[in-house]
Amino acid sequence: MKKLANTIRQDILKMIHNAKSGHPGGALSCVDILVVLYKKILNVPLDWDKSPDYKNRDRFILSKGHASTALYATLAHLGYFPKSLLSGFRILGSKLQGHPSSKVGLAGIEVSTGSLGQGLSIGAGLALSLRLDEIKSKVFVLLGDGEMQEGSVWESLMNINNQKLNNLVVIIDKNNLQIDGCVCDIKTLEPLDKKLEAFGFRVKTIDGHNFDEIESALQEAKQALEPYVIIADTIKGKGVSFMENNPSWHGKAPNDEQLALALEELNVN
Amino acid sequence: MLTKAKEIKSPRNTYGETLVELGEKNHNIVVLDADLSCSTQTSKFREKFPNRFFNCGIAEQDLIGTAAGLAYGGKTVFASTFAMFATARCLDQIRNTVCYSKLNVKIVATHGGITVGEDGASHQALEDISFMRSIPDMKVIVPADCVEVSEVIRYAAQTKGPMYIRIPRTNLKTIFNKETYKFNPSLGLKIKEGKDLTIVTNGETLYEVIDAAQKLSQVGIEADILHYPVVKPFDFISLVSSAKKTKKVIVVENHSIIGGLGSAVCEALCENYPSKVLRIGTEDTFGQSGEQRQLMEFYGLTGTKIYEKIIKFMDVR
Repeated sequence: MKKLANTIRQDILKMIHNAKSGHPGGALSCVDILVVLYKKILNVPLDWDKSPDYKNRDRFILSKGHASTALYATLAHLGYFPKSLLSGFRILGSKLQGHPSSKVGLAGIEVSTGSLGQGLSIGAGLALSLRLDEIKSKVFVLLGDGEMQEGSVWESLMNINNQKLNNLVVIIDKNNLQIDGCVCDIKTLEPLDKKLEAFGFRVKTIDGHNFDEIESALQEAKQALEPYVIIADTIKGKGVSFMENNPSWHGKAPNDEQLALALEELNVN
Repeated sequence: MLTKAKEIKSPRNTYGETLVELGEKNHNIVVLDADLSCSTQTSKFREKFPNRFFNCGIAEQDLIGTAAGLAYGGKTVFASTFAMFATARCLDQIRNTVCYSKLNVKIVATHGGITVGEDGASHQALEDISFMRSIPDMKVIVPADCVEVSEVIRYAAQTKGPMYIRIPRTNLKTIFNKETYKFNPSLGLKIKEGKDLTIVTNGETLYEVIDAAQKLSQVGIEADILHYPVVKPFDFISLVSSAKKTKKVIVVENHSIIGGLGSAVCEALCENYPSKVLRIGTEDTFGQSGEQRQLMEFYGLTGTKIYEKIIKFMDVR
Protein backbone atom coordinates (compact mmCIF):
# COMPACT_ATOMS: atom_id res chain seq x y z
CA MET A 1 0.00 0.00 0.00
CA LYS A 2 2.86 2.33 0.72
CA LYS A 3 4.11 1.82 -2.81
CA LEU A 4 0.69 2.55 -4.25
CA ALA A 5 0.37 5.67 -2.10
CA ASN A 6 3.74 6.86 -3.33
CA THR A 7 2.79 6.35 -6.96
CA ILE A 8 -0.46 8.23 -6.36
CA ARG A 9 1.51 11.08 -4.79
CA GLN A 10 3.67 11.26 -7.89
CA ASP A 11 0.60 11.36 -10.12
CA ILE A 12 -0.94 14.11 -8.02
CA LEU A 13 2.14 16.27 -8.54
CA LYS A 14 2.32 15.48 -12.25
CA MET A 15 -1.35 16.40 -12.71
CA ILE A 16 -0.96 19.69 -10.89
CA HIS A 17 2.29 20.48 -12.70
CA ASN A 18 0.65 19.71 -16.03
CA ALA A 19 -2.38 21.87 -15.24
CA LYS A 20 -0.10 24.60 -13.82
CA SER A 21 -2.55 24.90 -10.91
CA GLY A 22 -4.17 22.83 -8.20
CA HIS A 23 -3.86 21.95 -4.54
CA PRO A 24 -0.93 19.69 -3.68
CA GLY A 25 -0.75 20.16 0.10
CA GLY A 26 -4.17 18.87 1.10
CA ALA A 27 -4.14 16.18 -1.58
CA LEU A 28 -0.87 14.71 -0.30
CA SER A 29 -2.13 14.74 3.29
CA CYS A 30 -5.15 12.51 2.56
CA VAL A 31 -3.64 10.01 0.11
CA ASP A 32 -2.97 7.30 2.69
CA ILE A 33 -6.53 7.51 3.98
CA LEU A 34 -7.94 7.22 0.45
CA VAL A 35 -5.71 4.24 -0.37
CA VAL A 36 -6.90 2.32 2.68
CA LEU A 37 -10.52 3.28 2.04
CA TYR A 38 -10.54 2.09 -1.53
CA LYS A 39 -8.28 -0.96 -1.05
CA LYS A 40 -9.70 -2.29 2.20
CA ILE A 41 -12.95 -0.69 3.26
CA LEU A 42 -15.25 0.59 0.56
CA ASN A 43 -17.47 -1.75 -1.34
CA VAL A 44 -17.72 0.15 -4.62
CA PRO A 45 -17.97 -1.92 -7.81
CA LEU A 46 -15.25 -1.29 -10.37
CA ASP A 47 -17.72 -1.28 -13.21
CA TRP A 48 -19.59 1.46 -11.32
CA ASP A 49 -23.15 2.06 -12.57
CA LYS A 50 -23.02 -0.97 -14.87
CA SER A 51 -22.76 -3.25 -11.86
CA PRO A 52 -25.89 -5.04 -10.62
CA ASP A 53 -24.61 -4.16 -7.16
CA TYR A 54 -24.42 -0.43 -7.88
CA LYS A 55 -27.26 0.58 -5.60
CA ASN A 56 -25.78 -1.32 -2.68
CA ARG A 57 -22.37 0.33 -2.96
CA ASP A 58 -20.77 2.28 -0.15
CA ARG A 59 -20.70 6.02 -0.80
CA PHE A 60 -17.62 8.19 -0.50
CA ILE A 61 -17.81 11.98 -0.42
CA LEU A 62 -14.71 14.14 -0.67
CA SER A 63 -16.02 17.20 1.11
CA LYS A 64 -12.61 18.91 0.78
CA GLY A 65 -13.06 18.96 -2.99
CA HIS A 66 -9.80 20.80 -3.63
CA ALA A 67 -8.00 17.49 -2.90
CA SER A 68 -9.61 16.15 -6.08
CA THR A 69 -6.26 15.00 -7.53
CA ALA A 70 -5.86 12.51 -4.68
CA LEU A 71 -9.28 11.02 -5.39
CA TYR A 72 -8.83 11.01 -9.18
CA ALA A 73 -5.41 9.32 -8.98
CA THR A 74 -6.65 6.73 -6.45
CA LEU A 75 -9.68 5.88 -8.59
CA ALA A 76 -7.56 5.60 -11.73
CA HIS A 77 -4.96 3.37 -10.08
CA LEU A 78 -7.64 1.06 -8.78
CA GLY A 79 -9.18 0.82 -12.23
CA TYR A 80 -12.39 2.88 -12.05
CA PHE A 81 -11.28 4.80 -15.15
CA PRO A 82 -8.17 4.82 -17.38
CA LYS A 83 -5.03 6.45 -16.01
CA SER A 84 -4.70 8.28 -19.30
CA LEU A 85 -7.52 10.60 -18.18
CA LEU A 86 -5.37 12.01 -15.37
CA SER A 87 -3.44 14.27 -17.74
CA GLY A 88 -6.70 16.07 -18.56
CA PHE A 89 -7.04 17.45 -15.03
CA ARG A 90 -8.31 21.07 -15.12
CA ILE A 91 -8.16 21.18 -18.91
CA LEU A 92 -11.11 22.38 -20.98
CA GLY A 93 -13.51 19.56 -21.82
CA SER A 94 -12.06 17.09 -19.29
CA LYS A 95 -14.16 15.09 -16.86
CA LEU A 96 -11.50 15.78 -14.27
CA GLN A 97 -12.77 19.16 -13.16
CA GLY A 98 -10.73 21.27 -10.75
CA HIS A 99 -13.17 20.20 -8.05
CA PRO A 100 -15.13 16.94 -8.36
CA SER A 101 -18.32 17.09 -10.39
CA SER A 102 -20.94 14.36 -10.20
CA LYS A 103 -22.58 15.43 -13.42
CA VAL A 104 -19.72 14.78 -15.85
CA GLY A 105 -20.18 11.01 -15.54
CA LEU A 106 -16.82 9.99 -14.12
CA ALA A 107 -16.92 6.57 -12.44
CA GLY A 108 -16.37 6.81 -8.70
CA ILE A 109 -17.45 10.43 -8.26
CA GLU A 110 -20.60 10.43 -6.13
CA VAL A 111 -21.10 14.07 -5.33
CA SER A 112 -20.05 17.52 -6.55
CA THR A 113 -18.01 19.39 -4.00
CA GLY A 114 -15.68 22.37 -3.95
CA SER A 115 -17.48 24.96 -1.88
CA LEU A 116 -16.33 23.89 1.56
CA GLY A 117 -18.58 22.79 4.38
CA GLN A 118 -21.26 21.09 2.30
CA GLY A 119 -20.18 17.45 2.04
CA LEU A 120 -21.31 16.41 5.49
CA SER A 121 -24.93 17.52 5.06
CA ILE A 122 -25.00 15.77 1.70
CA GLY A 123 -23.58 12.64 3.34
CA ALA A 124 -26.23 12.79 6.05
CA GLY A 125 -28.97 13.11 3.43
CA LEU A 126 -27.54 10.12 1.56
CA ALA A 127 -27.35 8.13 4.79
CA LEU A 128 -30.99 8.96 5.51
CA SER A 129 -32.02 7.79 2.06
CA LEU A 130 -30.10 4.51 2.49
CA ARG A 131 -31.78 3.97 5.84
CA LEU A 132 -35.24 4.63 4.35
CA ASP A 133 -34.51 2.15 1.57
CA GLU A 134 -33.11 -0.38 4.04
CA ILE A 135 -29.81 -0.54 2.16
CA LYS A 136 -27.06 -1.64 4.49
CA SER A 137 -24.13 0.18 2.87
CA LYS A 138 -22.26 3.05 4.52
CA VAL A 139 -21.48 6.65 3.72
CA PHE A 140 -17.94 7.95 4.31
CA VAL A 141 -17.28 11.68 4.29
CA LEU A 142 -13.75 13.09 4.29
CA LEU A 143 -13.43 16.64 5.57
CA GLY A 144 -10.47 18.92 5.97
CA ASP A 145 -9.87 20.47 9.37
CA GLY A 146 -9.83 24.00 7.94
CA GLU A 147 -13.21 23.28 6.42
CA MET A 148 -14.61 22.74 9.89
CA GLN A 149 -14.59 26.50 10.37
CA GLU A 150 -17.72 26.52 8.20
CA GLY A 151 -20.77 26.71 10.45
CA SER A 152 -22.71 24.38 8.16
CA VAL A 153 -20.46 21.48 9.26
CA TRP A 154 -21.61 21.93 12.86
CA GLU A 155 -25.23 22.23 11.76
CA SER A 156 -24.81 18.87 10.12
CA LEU A 157 -23.02 17.28 13.08
CA MET A 158 -26.01 18.21 15.24
CA ASN A 159 -28.35 16.70 12.70
CA ILE A 160 -26.35 13.45 12.41
CA ASN A 161 -26.43 13.03 16.16
CA ASN A 162 -30.11 13.84 16.33
CA GLN A 163 -30.93 11.36 13.57
CA LYS A 164 -28.64 8.79 15.23
CA LEU A 165 -27.01 8.04 11.90
CA ASN A 166 -24.75 5.06 12.40
CA ASN A 167 -24.39 4.38 8.68
CA LEU A 168 -22.21 7.46 8.24
CA VAL A 169 -18.52 7.72 9.06
CA VAL A 170 -16.86 11.12 9.33
CA ILE A 171 -13.12 11.33 8.67
CA ILE A 172 -11.22 14.53 9.36
CA ASP A 173 -7.93 15.02 7.52
CA LYS A 174 -6.37 17.14 10.25
CA ASN A 175 -3.28 18.65 8.68
CA ASN A 176 -3.50 21.78 10.82
CA LEU A 177 -2.98 24.20 7.95
CA GLN A 178 -5.16 26.35 5.74
CA ILE A 179 -4.26 28.81 2.95
CA ASP A 180 -3.52 31.73 5.23
CA GLY A 181 -1.55 29.76 7.81
CA CYS A 182 -2.14 27.63 10.87
CA VAL A 183 -5.71 26.64 11.73
CA CYS A 184 -4.85 27.23 15.39
CA ASP A 185 -3.97 30.90 14.67
CA ILE A 186 -6.70 31.75 12.21
CA LYS A 187 -9.69 30.20 13.97
CA THR A 188 -8.80 27.35 16.23
CA LEU A 189 -10.93 24.22 16.39
CA GLU A 190 -9.37 22.98 19.60
CA PRO A 191 -10.18 21.02 21.57
CA LEU A 192 -11.61 19.29 18.49
CA ASP A 193 -11.98 15.80 19.97
CA LYS A 194 -13.83 17.11 23.01
CA LYS A 195 -16.09 19.28 20.88
CA LEU A 196 -17.02 16.31 18.72
CA GLU A 197 -17.61 14.15 21.77
CA ALA A 198 -19.84 16.86 23.17
CA PHE A 199 -21.75 16.80 19.88
CA GLY A 200 -22.55 13.14 20.52
CA PHE A 201 -19.89 11.38 18.47
CA ARG A 202 -17.57 8.55 19.26
CA VAL A 203 -14.15 9.96 18.43
CA LYS A 204 -11.00 8.11 17.51
CA THR A 205 -7.73 9.96 16.90
CA ILE A 206 -5.19 8.20 14.72
CA ASP A 207 -1.96 8.77 12.80
CA GLY A 208 -3.36 9.46 9.34
CA HIS A 209 -0.24 8.12 7.66
CA ASN A 210 -0.15 4.77 9.46
CA PHE A 211 -1.93 2.25 7.25
CA ASP A 212 -2.70 -0.19 10.09
CA GLU A 213 -4.16 2.52 12.30
CA ILE A 214 -6.24 3.89 9.44
CA GLU A 215 -7.59 0.46 8.59
CA SER A 216 -8.46 -0.59 12.10
CA ALA A 217 -10.18 2.73 12.84
CA LEU A 218 -12.23 2.49 9.65
CA GLN A 219 -13.18 -1.13 10.38
CA GLU A 220 -14.29 -0.16 13.85
CA ALA A 221 -16.20 2.85 12.50
CA LYS A 222 -17.96 0.65 9.96
CA GLN A 223 -19.29 -1.60 12.73
CA ALA A 224 -20.10 1.23 15.16
CA LEU A 225 -23.64 1.61 16.39
CA GLU A 226 -23.34 5.35 17.04
CA PRO A 227 -22.16 8.35 14.98
CA TYR A 228 -18.41 8.00 14.55
CA VAL A 229 -15.62 10.46 13.77
CA ILE A 230 -12.03 9.61 12.94
CA ILE A 231 -9.61 12.46 13.50
CA ALA A 232 -6.63 11.58 11.32
CA ASP A 233 -3.53 13.55 12.28
CA THR A 234 -1.78 14.22 9.00
CA ILE A 235 0.98 16.30 7.49
CA LYS A 236 0.08 18.77 4.80
CA GLY A 237 2.26 18.07 1.75
CA LYS A 238 3.19 14.63 3.13
CA GLY A 239 5.98 12.89 1.23
CA VAL A 240 7.69 15.91 -0.27
CA SER A 241 10.07 17.51 2.22
CA PHE A 242 9.83 21.06 0.92
CA MET A 243 6.03 20.93 0.81
CA GLU A 244 5.50 19.37 4.23
CA ASN A 245 3.91 21.65 6.80
CA ASN A 246 4.21 24.61 4.48
CA PRO A 247 0.90 26.41 3.85
CA SER A 248 2.26 28.09 0.73
CA TRP A 249 1.84 24.71 -1.00
CA HIS A 250 -1.90 24.70 -0.34
CA GLY A 251 -2.80 25.86 -3.82
CA LYS A 252 0.31 26.18 -5.96
CA ALA A 253 1.73 24.12 -8.81
CA PRO A 254 5.35 22.95 -8.73
CA ASN A 255 7.59 24.18 -11.56
CA ASP A 256 9.68 21.75 -13.64
CA GLU A 257 12.57 21.73 -11.22
CA GLN A 258 10.38 21.37 -8.13
CA LEU A 259 8.47 18.54 -9.76
CA ALA A 260 11.68 16.67 -10.56
CA LEU A 261 12.93 17.10 -7.00
CA ALA A 262 9.63 15.92 -5.54
CA LEU A 263 9.38 12.89 -7.81
CA GLU A 264 12.93 11.90 -6.94
CA GLU A 265 12.16 12.06 -3.22
CA LEU A 266 9.04 9.99 -3.68
CA ASN A 267 10.96 7.46 -5.78
CA VAL A 268 13.60 6.99 -3.14
CA ASN A 269 11.01 6.43 -0.44
CA MET B 1 -60.56 28.62 -16.84
CA LEU B 2 -61.46 31.42 -14.38
CA THR B 3 -63.89 30.80 -11.57
CA LYS B 4 -66.78 32.92 -10.40
CA ALA B 5 -66.71 31.42 -6.92
CA LYS B 6 -65.56 33.89 -4.27
CA GLU B 7 -63.46 31.47 -2.26
CA ILE B 8 -60.59 32.52 -0.01
CA LYS B 9 -58.05 29.83 0.82
CA SER B 10 -54.66 29.44 2.43
CA PRO B 11 -52.04 28.40 -0.11
CA ARG B 12 -49.91 26.93 2.69
CA ASN B 13 -52.76 24.61 3.63
CA THR B 14 -53.12 23.62 0.02
CA TYR B 15 -49.38 22.91 -0.13
CA GLY B 16 -49.51 20.67 2.96
CA GLU B 17 -52.64 18.86 1.77
CA THR B 18 -51.19 18.29 -1.68
CA LEU B 19 -47.99 16.87 -0.19
CA VAL B 20 -50.00 14.39 1.86
CA GLU B 21 -52.02 13.37 -1.16
CA LEU B 22 -48.87 12.86 -3.25
CA GLY B 23 -47.08 11.12 -0.39
CA GLU B 24 -49.78 8.47 -0.15
CA LYS B 25 -49.22 7.36 -3.73
CA ASN B 26 -45.50 8.06 -4.06
CA HIS B 27 -43.39 6.59 -1.26
CA ASN B 28 -40.30 8.13 -2.76
CA ILE B 29 -41.35 11.62 -1.67
CA VAL B 30 -39.60 13.02 1.40
CA VAL B 31 -40.17 16.41 3.04
CA LEU B 32 -37.77 18.58 5.03
CA ASP B 33 -38.31 21.71 7.04
CA ALA B 34 -36.25 24.07 9.17
CA ASP B 35 -38.37 24.51 12.30
CA LEU B 36 -41.24 26.22 10.52
CA SER B 37 -43.32 23.18 9.65
CA CYS B 38 -46.41 24.57 11.36
CA SER B 39 -46.13 27.78 9.34
CA THR B 40 -45.25 26.15 6.03
CA GLN B 41 -47.81 23.39 6.72
CA THR B 42 -45.35 20.61 5.96
CA SER B 43 -46.51 19.50 9.43
CA LYS B 44 -49.43 17.85 7.64
CA PHE B 45 -46.96 15.53 5.89
CA ARG B 46 -45.05 14.95 9.13
CA GLU B 47 -48.19 13.82 10.95
CA LYS B 48 -49.02 11.35 8.21
CA PHE B 49 -45.54 10.12 7.28
CA PRO B 50 -43.20 10.80 10.22
CA ASN B 51 -40.44 8.53 8.86
CA ARG B 52 -40.30 10.48 5.59
CA PHE B 53 -40.17 13.88 7.26
CA PHE B 54 -36.94 15.45 8.52
CA ASN B 55 -36.75 18.58 10.60
CA CYS B 56 -33.29 20.10 10.23
CA GLY B 57 -33.90 22.70 12.90
CA ILE B 58 -32.98 26.36 12.47
CA ALA B 59 -30.20 25.51 10.06
CA GLU B 60 -31.04 26.30 6.45
CA GLN B 61 -27.63 25.38 5.04
CA ASP B 62 -28.04 21.92 6.54
CA LEU B 63 -31.64 21.82 5.28
CA ILE B 64 -30.55 22.23 1.67
CA GLY B 65 -27.43 20.06 2.02
CA THR B 66 -29.44 17.22 3.54
CA ALA B 67 -32.12 17.66 0.89
CA ALA B 68 -29.37 17.33 -1.74
CA GLY B 69 -28.07 14.12 -0.16
CA LEU B 70 -31.56 12.60 -0.14
CA ALA B 71 -31.91 13.55 -3.80
CA TYR B 72 -28.55 11.90 -4.54
CA GLY B 73 -30.08 8.84 -2.89
CA GLY B 74 -32.89 8.92 -5.45
CA LYS B 75 -35.63 10.63 -3.43
CA THR B 76 -38.01 13.30 -4.64
CA VAL B 77 -37.33 16.00 -2.08
CA PHE B 78 -39.46 18.92 -0.95
CA ALA B 79 -37.64 21.37 1.34
CA SER B 80 -39.55 24.20 2.93
CA THR B 81 -39.11 27.24 5.09
CA PHE B 82 -39.80 30.98 4.69
CA ALA B 83 -38.70 32.48 1.36
CA MET B 84 -36.28 34.80 3.12
CA PHE B 85 -34.32 31.95 4.72
CA ALA B 86 -34.87 29.35 1.99
CA THR B 87 -32.91 31.39 -0.52
CA ALA B 88 -30.47 33.89 0.96
CA ARG B 89 -29.19 31.87 3.94
CA CYS B 90 -28.28 28.84 1.86
CA LEU B 91 -27.67 30.33 -1.57
CA ASP B 92 -24.28 28.58 -1.87
CA GLN B 93 -25.80 25.16 -1.14
CA ILE B 94 -28.55 25.82 -3.67
CA ARG B 95 -26.08 26.90 -6.35
CA ASN B 96 -23.10 24.62 -5.80
CA THR B 97 -24.86 21.49 -4.64
CA VAL B 98 -28.48 21.41 -5.80
CA CYS B 99 -28.36 23.22 -9.13
CA TYR B 100 -24.80 22.39 -10.22
CA SER B 101 -25.61 18.69 -9.98
CA LYS B 102 -29.23 19.14 -11.20
CA LEU B 103 -30.62 17.41 -8.14
CA ASN B 104 -34.27 16.60 -7.66
CA VAL B 105 -34.85 19.13 -4.90
CA LYS B 106 -37.97 21.30 -4.81
CA ILE B 107 -37.55 24.32 -2.61
CA VAL B 108 -41.07 25.37 -1.73
CA ALA B 109 -40.87 28.63 0.15
CA THR B 110 -43.77 30.24 1.91
CA HIS B 111 -43.98 33.84 3.15
CA GLY B 112 -42.71 35.36 -0.09
CA GLY B 113 -43.00 39.09 -0.72
CA ILE B 114 -44.07 42.21 1.17
CA THR B 115 -47.31 40.56 2.32
CA VAL B 116 -45.50 38.77 5.14
CA GLY B 117 -46.77 41.84 6.94
CA GLU B 118 -46.14 42.62 10.59
CA ASP B 119 -42.83 40.72 10.91
CA GLY B 120 -41.27 43.44 8.81
CA ALA B 121 -38.20 43.77 6.60
CA SER B 122 -36.16 40.90 8.05
CA HIS B 123 -38.84 38.43 6.98
CA GLN B 124 -40.04 40.00 3.75
CA ALA B 125 -38.29 38.27 0.85
CA LEU B 126 -38.24 40.82 -1.95
CA GLU B 127 -35.18 39.47 -3.74
CA ASP B 128 -35.76 35.71 -3.68
CA ILE B 129 -36.91 35.44 -7.29
CA SER B 130 -33.88 37.44 -8.35
CA PHE B 131 -31.50 35.12 -6.48
CA MET B 132 -33.11 31.95 -7.79
CA ARG B 133 -33.58 33.14 -11.35
CA SER B 134 -29.87 33.73 -11.85
CA ILE B 135 -28.81 30.15 -11.05
CA PRO B 136 -28.41 27.79 -14.03
CA ASP B 137 -30.91 24.90 -14.23
CA MET B 138 -33.21 26.37 -11.58
CA LYS B 139 -36.89 26.54 -12.54
CA VAL B 140 -38.73 29.36 -10.78
CA ILE B 141 -42.50 29.22 -10.28
CA VAL B 142 -44.83 31.72 -8.59
CA PRO B 143 -48.42 30.44 -8.51
CA ALA B 144 -51.35 32.83 -8.07
CA ASP B 145 -54.00 30.89 -6.18
CA CYS B 146 -54.63 27.61 -4.40
CA VAL B 147 -55.83 25.81 -7.50
CA GLU B 148 -52.57 26.67 -9.18
CA VAL B 149 -50.46 25.88 -6.07
CA SER B 150 -51.91 22.38 -6.03
CA GLU B 151 -51.24 21.85 -9.75
CA VAL B 152 -47.71 23.23 -9.51
CA ILE B 153 -46.81 20.97 -6.57
CA ARG B 154 -48.12 17.97 -8.53
CA TYR B 155 -46.06 19.04 -11.54
CA ALA B 156 -42.98 19.43 -9.32
CA ALA B 157 -43.38 15.93 -7.87
CA GLN B 158 -43.33 14.35 -11.31
CA THR B 159 -40.68 16.53 -12.94
CA LYS B 160 -36.99 15.92 -12.27
CA GLY B 161 -34.58 18.73 -11.41
CA PRO B 162 -34.25 21.75 -9.14
CA MET B 163 -37.22 24.06 -8.66
CA TYR B 164 -38.02 27.08 -6.57
CA ILE B 165 -41.72 27.54 -5.85
CA ARG B 166 -42.81 30.65 -4.01
CA ILE B 167 -46.00 30.75 -2.00
CA PRO B 168 -47.30 33.80 -0.10
CA ARG B 169 -48.25 33.87 3.55
CA THR B 170 -51.64 35.46 2.96
CA ASN B 171 -54.85 33.71 2.10
CA LEU B 172 -55.64 33.98 -1.57
CA LYS B 173 -58.86 34.60 -3.44
CA THR B 174 -59.46 31.76 -5.83
CA ILE B 175 -59.02 32.80 -9.44
CA PHE B 176 -58.95 29.57 -11.40
CA ASN B 177 -61.66 27.01 -11.91
CA LYS B 178 -60.52 23.76 -10.37
CA GLU B 179 -62.24 21.67 -13.01
CA THR B 180 -60.78 23.37 -16.06
CA TYR B 181 -57.43 24.84 -14.98
CA LYS B 182 -54.38 23.06 -16.36
CA PHE B 183 -50.85 24.18 -15.43
CA ASN B 184 -48.64 24.70 -18.47
CA PRO B 185 -44.95 24.82 -17.51
CA SER B 186 -43.82 26.39 -20.75
CA LEU B 187 -46.38 29.08 -21.53
CA GLY B 188 -47.50 32.37 -20.07
CA LEU B 189 -51.23 32.24 -19.50
CA LYS B 190 -53.58 34.72 -21.20
CA ILE B 191 -56.11 35.81 -18.59
CA LYS B 192 -57.81 38.57 -20.52
CA GLU B 193 -57.66 39.76 -24.11
CA GLY B 194 -57.03 43.48 -24.77
CA LYS B 195 -55.48 45.76 -27.37
CA ASP B 196 -54.31 48.87 -25.51
CA LEU B 197 -51.64 47.59 -23.15
CA THR B 198 -50.06 44.42 -21.85
CA ILE B 199 -49.94 43.66 -18.13
CA VAL B 200 -47.65 40.87 -17.03
CA THR B 201 -47.87 39.50 -13.51
CA ASN B 202 -47.89 36.39 -11.30
CA GLY B 203 -48.49 35.31 -7.71
CA GLU B 204 -50.66 37.39 -5.41
CA THR B 205 -50.70 40.38 -7.72
CA LEU B 206 -52.68 38.56 -10.43
CA TYR B 207 -55.87 39.18 -8.48
CA GLU B 208 -54.97 42.87 -8.14
CA VAL B 209 -54.15 43.16 -11.84
CA ILE B 210 -57.53 41.67 -12.78
CA ASP B 211 -59.10 44.30 -10.52
CA ALA B 212 -57.03 47.09 -12.12
CA ALA B 213 -57.95 45.87 -15.61
CA GLN B 214 -61.65 46.05 -14.75
CA LYS B 215 -61.18 49.67 -13.67
CA LEU B 216 -59.29 50.38 -16.91
CA SER B 217 -62.12 48.83 -18.93
CA GLN B 218 -64.50 51.29 -17.35
CA VAL B 219 -62.53 54.16 -18.88
CA GLY B 220 -62.25 52.44 -22.23
CA ILE B 221 -58.75 50.94 -21.90
CA GLU B 222 -58.54 47.23 -22.62
CA ALA B 223 -55.59 45.37 -21.12
CA ASP B 224 -54.07 42.13 -22.31
CA ILE B 225 -53.30 40.24 -19.09
CA LEU B 226 -50.53 37.68 -19.14
CA HIS B 227 -50.00 35.55 -16.04
CA TYR B 228 -46.50 34.11 -15.78
CA PRO B 229 -46.40 31.49 -13.01
CA VAL B 230 -43.15 30.24 -14.56
CA VAL B 231 -40.60 33.04 -14.33
CA LYS B 232 -37.86 30.74 -15.56
CA PRO B 233 -37.57 29.32 -18.17
CA PHE B 234 -39.31 32.42 -19.52
CA ASP B 235 -41.80 32.17 -22.37
CA PHE B 236 -40.83 35.23 -24.40
CA ILE B 237 -43.02 34.30 -27.40
CA SER B 238 -46.36 35.03 -25.69
CA LEU B 239 -44.94 38.26 -24.30
CA VAL B 240 -43.53 39.49 -27.59
CA SER B 241 -46.71 38.76 -29.51
CA SER B 242 -48.73 40.72 -26.96
CA ALA B 243 -46.21 43.60 -26.96
CA LYS B 244 -46.36 43.79 -30.75
CA LYS B 245 -50.10 44.27 -30.48
CA THR B 246 -50.24 46.79 -27.63
CA LYS B 247 -46.79 48.49 -27.73
CA LYS B 248 -47.02 49.13 -23.99
CA VAL B 249 -45.97 46.70 -21.29
CA ILE B 250 -46.50 46.89 -17.53
CA VAL B 251 -45.15 44.33 -15.09
CA VAL B 252 -46.62 43.94 -11.60
CA GLU B 253 -45.06 41.72 -8.94
CA ASN B 254 -44.83 41.28 -5.17
CA HIS B 255 -41.04 41.52 -5.35
CA SER B 256 -38.31 44.06 -5.96
CA ILE B 257 -38.36 45.60 -9.43
CA ILE B 258 -34.73 44.45 -9.63
CA GLY B 259 -34.09 40.92 -10.82
CA GLY B 260 -37.58 39.44 -10.74
CA LEU B 261 -40.38 39.11 -13.28
CA GLY B 262 -39.89 42.75 -14.32
CA SER B 263 -36.30 42.06 -15.23
CA ALA B 264 -37.23 38.86 -17.06
CA VAL B 265 -39.74 40.84 -19.14
CA CYS B 266 -37.22 43.61 -19.89
CA GLU B 267 -34.54 41.07 -20.89
CA ALA B 268 -36.94 39.28 -23.23
CA LEU B 269 -38.23 42.49 -24.80
CA CYS B 270 -34.92 44.27 -25.28
CA GLU B 271 -33.63 41.34 -27.30
CA ASN B 272 -36.80 40.58 -29.24
CA TYR B 273 -39.04 43.64 -29.42
CA PRO B 274 -37.71 46.73 -27.60
CA SER B 275 -40.62 48.41 -25.85
CA LYS B 276 -41.19 50.88 -23.07
CA VAL B 277 -41.85 48.98 -19.86
CA LEU B 278 -43.27 50.14 -16.53
CA ARG B 279 -42.16 47.93 -13.65
CA ILE B 280 -44.43 47.94 -10.58
CA GLY B 281 -43.06 46.23 -7.48
CA THR B 282 -41.07 47.33 -4.46
CA GLU B 283 -38.39 49.83 -5.47
CA ASP B 284 -34.74 49.44 -4.48
CA THR B 285 -35.74 49.31 -0.82
CA PHE B 286 -36.44 47.12 2.19
CA GLY B 287 -39.95 46.54 3.49
CA GLN B 288 -41.35 47.37 6.93
CA SER B 289 -43.94 46.22 9.45
CA GLY B 290 -47.60 46.74 8.77
CA GLU B 291 -50.87 45.01 8.10
CA GLN B 292 -50.61 43.21 4.76
CA ARG B 293 -53.29 45.21 2.97
CA GLN B 294 -51.76 48.48 4.18
CA LEU B 295 -48.39 47.36 2.87
CA MET B 296 -49.86 46.46 -0.51
CA GLU B 297 -51.35 49.96 -0.58
CA PHE B 298 -48.11 51.62 0.57
CA TYR B 299 -46.00 49.88 -2.05
CA GLY B 300 -48.56 50.44 -4.79
CA LEU B 301 -49.64 46.86 -5.36
CA THR B 302 -53.43 47.06 -4.89
CA GLY B 303 -55.79 47.12 -7.87
CA THR B 304 -56.52 50.81 -7.36
CA LYS B 305 -52.85 51.80 -7.05
CA ILE B 306 -51.93 49.74 -10.09
CA TYR B 307 -54.76 51.39 -12.03
CA GLU B 308 -53.54 54.87 -11.05
CA LYS B 309 -49.96 54.13 -12.05
CA ILE B 310 -51.07 52.75 -15.40
CA ILE B 311 -53.24 55.80 -16.17
CA LYS B 312 -50.25 58.05 -15.45
CA PHE B 313 -48.00 55.91 -17.61
CA MET B 314 -50.46 56.01 -20.51
CA ASP B 315 -50.74 59.84 -20.23
CA VAL B 316 -47.00 60.40 -20.27
CA ARG B 317 -46.81 58.44 -23.45
